[in-house]
Amino acid sequence: MPESSCSPCCQPASIGKKIIMALTGLVLAGFVLGHMAGNLLMFKGPQAINAYAEWLHNHPEALWIARVILILSVVGHIWTGILLTLENRAARAGGPAVDATRRASISSRTMPYSGIVLLAFIVFHLLHFTLRKVALGDKDFGEDVYAMVVFGFSSPVVAVFYIVSMLLLCLHLSHGVSSVFQTLGLRNERWRGRIDLIATAYGWIVALGFISIPLAVLLGCIK
Amino acid sequence: MVKENGNSDQHGHTLSLRLRVWRQNRGQPGHFEEHFLAAVPETASFLEMMDMLNEQLIREGKDTFAFDHDCREGICGMCSMTINGMPHGPLPGVTTCQLHMRNFRDGETITVEPWRARAFPVLKDLAVDRSAFDKVIQSGGFITVRTGSAPEANHTLVPKQVADEAMDAAECIGCGACVASCKNGSAMLFVGAKINHLNILPQGQPERERRTLAMVKTMDEAGFGNCTNYGECQAHCPKSITLDVIAKLNRDYLRARVKEFFSSTGKPSKGGE
Ligand code: HEM
Ligand code: SF4
Ligand code: FES
Repeated sequence: MPESSCSPCCQPASIGKKIIMALTGLVLAGFVLGHMAGNLLMFKGPQAINAYAEWLHNHPEALWIARVILILSVVGHIWTGILLTLENRAARAGGPAVDATRRASISSRTMPYSGIVLLAFIVFHLLHFTLRKVALGDKDFGEDVYAMVVFGFSSPVVAVFYIVSMLLLCLHLSHGVSSVFQTLGLRNERWRGRIDLIATAYGWIVALGFISIPLAVLLGCIK
Repeated sequence: MVKENGNSDQHGHTLSLRLRVWRQNRGQPGHFEEHFLAAVPETASFLEMMDMLNEQLIREGKDTFAFDHDCREGICGMCSMTINGMPHGPLPGVTTCQLHMRNFRDGETITVEPWRARAFPVLKDLAVDRSAFDKVIQSGGFITVRTGSAPEANHTLVPKQVADEAMDAAECIGCGACVASCKNGSAMLFVGAKINHLNILPQGQPERERRTLAMVKTMDEAGFGNCTNYGECQAHCPKSITLDVIAKLNRDYLRARVKEFFSSTGKPSKGGE
């Protein structure tokens, strides 16, 4: 029986929620690719990455437009993610006593869990490198982003947390990116295999790109 | 048909089984009940095996197990049973009534449960109430035409490819295995099949948007979950309906929503000119 008499704006239809999930997910997936590519400037040396950071800080309007879009996307994505997860649990009514999963992938089955860790990661990451409030001692790095990142990843615990989170991002993206196509109605049996492959590759490219930096610091390749 | 001497495991063509079958009365908590059944011919269908179990229970003066069935030839969609965790059992593309006991091993333990989903409450034992599906169909799974004399056969031309696609979707027998196999209790494969069947045919065009919005609304109100693209439904559907119908349902829903949002009233707006 219907149990919500809530207004349609806080209870969109099932497919409406999926579309919000997919569009906000798409924004976030696009962002992580761009962010990862920008970070790789670390390998070109302090000048390159610091100039990039300075360029961003010199365009506050553009930066804030992007930030507002990202914040709205994160809020929309998490809000629909929580609604979907809770509603689906209730609709399942426990499920059969014997589990006989035929094809649901690990990534699809762990979306809420990889998502929660990513949320924790996002909070930590913002406190760490954006607000510079945690795990940086009481050093003032000023405009020297390069030095801040190298110092940040010199702690193995922090570096490993970043690496593990990015592996979970890979897991989340390998289902999520493929899901976007299905949710927007742009997939069929002929293309499903290829799209799944593209999504998995996308997840790995983003994750390995991000991981290369803490790994390089840990191994002493970036000093 | 079957000689029930109870001790014919040696012959190879009969089975002795340990059955764990769900027992539940409406609105009450349920539990598994264990029964042994011997001399089951491997040529028997799964439902015939259940009939044998019920006959044995009657002889023992016990309560039989309620289960749904009708055509027993794979077309009505009534035979709802989750066998060893799999709706319609281990063979892909086969209904419970068309599943034969040769697919099981002698001495095997078989767990038999009803469809489990909030929208399909248990009526008794293995029989569930699937009227939520009827409500979805009533809200838009039809075309509105004047009945009476049959129309001229070639009046509305349907391209072969469209007819084939509609026919593939129309194969859905409304059994509910998609909901039972889905980890979200979602009915998207069923609703996708029914909507596609009509939405791609010329006869379905006039009510296309209304149908899509109404059927999705009814589906949500019935308490089915949201699709998260696990793909379990396709893997368990006895008619092998594919996820394509869900992608197309999503596309049609988006299209209907956009059309509704920008629909014209035919009048200039109050504030304008
Ligand atoms: C970097 C951050 C993130 C990115 C790039 C991302 C990306 C995506 C994408 C593209 C989808 C598929 C949308 C669809 O087709 O429905 C998705 C689904 C989902 N995400 Fe995220 N996400 C992120 C963070 C999170 C967080 C923090 C959560 C925590 C609640 C979360 C929970 C979910 C859930 C529950 C789903 C639905 C699963 C499904 O469709 O099966 N995500 N995500
Ligand atoms: S889509 Fe398949 S599993 Fe679902 S109701 Fe139709 S025939 Fe049954
Ligand atoms: S009894 Fe009709 S499909 Fe199985």
